[in-house]
Amino acid sequence: MELLVASGIGVLTAAGIYLVLRLRTFPVIIGTAMLTYAVNVFLFASGRLTVSAPPILMDEATRYTDPLPQALVLTAIVISFGMTAVVVVIALGAYLGSDDDHVDEQGGALDAVRKLEKAE
Amino acid sequence: MSHWTVAPVVLPAMLAAFILLATRFHAPMQRVFSVAGTVALIAIAVGLFVQASGGDVSIYQLGDWQAPFGIVLVADRLSTMMVLLTAVLAFFVLLHAIGTGWDTRGRHFHALFQFQLMGIMGAFLTGDVFNLFVFFEVLLIASYGLMIHSGGTQRTHAGTQYVLYNLLGSTLFLFALGLIYAETGTLNMADLAQRVQAIVPSQSSGIRTAAVLLVIVFAIKAGIAPVHFWLPASYANAPGPVAALFAIMTKVGAYAIIRIYTLVFGPDLGVAQGLLDTWLMPLALIGLAVGMIGVLGAVRLDRMVAFAVIGSMGMLTVAMSLFTETGIAAALYYVVHSTLATAALFLIVDLVAEHRGRTGAELRRARPIPGANILAAFFFASAIAMTGLPPLSGFLGKLLILDAAFDSPQVVWAWAVILSTSLVAVVGFSRAGSTVFWKAREAAEDLEDDPGTEMDNVDSKPEAHPERQPVLPLVAIGGLIALIVAHTVLAGPINRFMAATSAQLFAPEPYITTVLETEGKKISYDGGHGSDDHGTEAAGEHGSEMTPGAEEEAGGH
Repeated sequence: MELLVASGIGVLTAAGIYLVLRLRTFPVIIGTAMLTYAVNVFLFASGRLTVSAPPILMDEATRYTDPLPQALVLTAIVISFGMTAVVVVIALGAYLGSDDDHVDEQGGALDAVRKLEKAE
Repeated sequence: MSHWTVAPVVLPAMLAAFILLATRFHAPMQRVFSVAGTVALIAIAVGLFVQASGGDVSIYQLGDWQAPFGIVLVADRLSTMMVLLTAVLAFFVLLHAIGTGWDTRGRHFHALFQFQLMGIMGAFLTGDVFNLFVFFEVLLIASYGLMIHSGGTQRTHAGTQYVLYNLLGSTLFLFALGLIYAETGTLNMADLAQRVQAIVPSQSSGIRTAAVLLVIVFAIKAGIAPVHFWLPASYANAPGPVAALFAIMTKVGAYAIIRIYTLVFGPDLGVAQGLLDTWLMPLALIGLAVGMIGVLGAVRLDRMVAFAVIGSMGMLTVAMSLFTETGIAAALYYVVHSTLATAALFLIVDLVAEHRGRTGAELRRARPIPGANILAAFFFASAIAMTGLPPLSGFLGKLLILDAAFDSPQVVWAWAVILSTSLVAVVGFSRAGSTVFWKAREAAEDLEDDPGTEMDNVDSKPEAHPERQPVLPLVAIGGLIALIVAHTVLAGPINRFMAATSAQLFAPEPYITTVLETEGKKISYDGGHGSDDHGTEAAGEHGSEMTPGAEEEAGGH
C-alpha cells in the first residue's frame, strides 16, 4: 500500500508541475488542483498509513491511527478549495477582460492590454 | 495568561465582519470604524510591546488547551515589535486610502483591509507552524481581494499571476508541514525545537528537506531571488495604498525565516548544517543586485519601487543569512526602516500617478503636477532613505549590516555587492526623481501646443486645484517620513532594543519553557477502569482535534 500511495502522490505532483509550467490559466489551475490533491494525500500519509484502526484511543483498541493529520487535511482541503475558487474567478476576469490567458507577464500581451485600455 | 495577546487577531477579525455586515452601504461609517479599529490596534500593540520589551515571553492558549496539543500565541519582543510596526503602518496607509478615495473605488476595501491585518497579526503572534500556514492563507486571501481592488484588466491579469504563485507557495508549505509532522510528530514551534535536536544526523534527510522547503516558501513571501518573479507585476499593479500595506507582507516572510531558523533550526543545530548558512547569502546578494538593477532599468515609477522592494529584501536577507546576533539585530533595524521607506514611496508614487493623468506612473516627462514641491521633497527624502544615503535610517541600517557582515567569510562579496548596488540604486532613483519632478518644467513648455493628454490637465487645473490636493494623503506620507526620521534620530535606543530582541531569539529556552510548561487543559488517558473513562476519552478526543478545530475557527472568522 505504501508503494501505491507514494506513487500516487508522485504521479499527481508530476502532472501538477507539468501543467503549472504550461503558463496558461486553465492548465495551471488544473495543475494547482492536482498539486493540492497530492499534498492532501501526502499530509494524510504523514501520520503513517494504518489500515482499519480507529483514529482515537479506546479501551478495546490495541493500535490506532493518528487523528491529527486527518484534521490537518480537512483544513487544507477547505483552504485549497476556497483558493481554487478565488483563482478561477480572478483568472476568468482577467481572461475576459484582456482576451489573453497567459499567466506570466508577456510583453506583447501587456502592451495589447494597454492599447485596449487606451482605446476605451 | 492575559487575553490581550489574542486581541490583535480578534479585533480586526470582528471588525471586518462587522464592517461587512452592518455598514456595507455606508462608506463614511466604514471609514470611521476602520480608522477607530486601527487606532485601537495601535494602542493594543503598544501595550503588548511595552509588556514584552522587558524580556518577558507571554503566551495565550487558545481554548485553554496546553501546548503542544492546543495552539498557543506567543508574544515576545520580536512578535510584538512586528505587531506594532504593522499597526502603525496600517494606520497611515488607511489615512492615505481614505484621503485619495481609493477605498470607494471598489467594494469591501475596509473589510478586506481588516482581514489582511488579522492575518498579518496572527502570523506574527502564532507559536504553531500549522497555524502560521492558516494565518498566511488568511492574509493571502485578503490580499487577493485588495490586489485587484477597483478592477481594471491589467490589474486583474497581474492578480491572476499573484494568486497562482502564492497558491503554489501554499502547496509547498503544506508539503513542508507534512514532512515536519512525519519526522517529529508535532507542529508546535517550541516542541519542534526540542524534538529536532533529538534527531540523529544519519536519519536527518527528511527534516533537512523540510527545512529547505520551508525556507523556499518563506522566500516566496519575502521576494528573495530566485523566487521573486511574482513581486514586480503584483506590487506595481496593486492600488497604491495596497502596495504600501504589502510592504509589511514581504516582512512576514522575513519574520518567519528569522523565527523558524533561530528557534527550530537554530544555527547550532547539527542536522541543519550546510543548508541556509551556505546558500542563503549568495541568493540574498543576487536578489539585492537584481532589485537595484531593476530600479535602474524600470520604465515605470511603480515598477521601480517594486524592484526597490526586491533590493531591500535582498539587503535584509544578507543580514539575516549571517545568523549571528549582530546580524539579526541589524536585520531587525533594517526591517523597520525598509517597511516605512517602501510604504512611503508607494504612497508617493500613487499620488504622482494620480496627478499626472494619463501619463500615470510612466517614467517620462510630463506637465508639472499640482503641489509638486512637497511631493518632490517627500520623494527626495524617501529615496534617500531607500537607497541608504546619509543622513536617514537607510544609511544606518546599511552600516549596521556591513558591520555585522565584517566577520563573515563572505565579507568581500557582501561588501562589494552592497556598496555597488547602492550606487546603482542612487542613480536609478535620481534619474526617476529628475524625470518626474525637474524635467516637468521643460515639458510644460515643449508640450504647450500638443493636444491630448496634457490638455485636460490644463482644463481641469484652475478650479480643480484645491480639491485635487487633499491633505490626508500628504499627512500619511509625512507621518511615515517622520517615523523614518524618528527611526534615525532614536537609532541608539532602537538599536539597543534590537540587540536585546536578537539576544532573546538566540536564547530560546525561556520561550520554549514558557510555551510548554504553562499549565492548561491537558489530554489525559489512563485507560481501563469503568465508566469514568468515557469522560476522559471524550476530552482526549477533543484535545487532539482541538488544534485543527481552532485553526479552522481562526481561518473562518
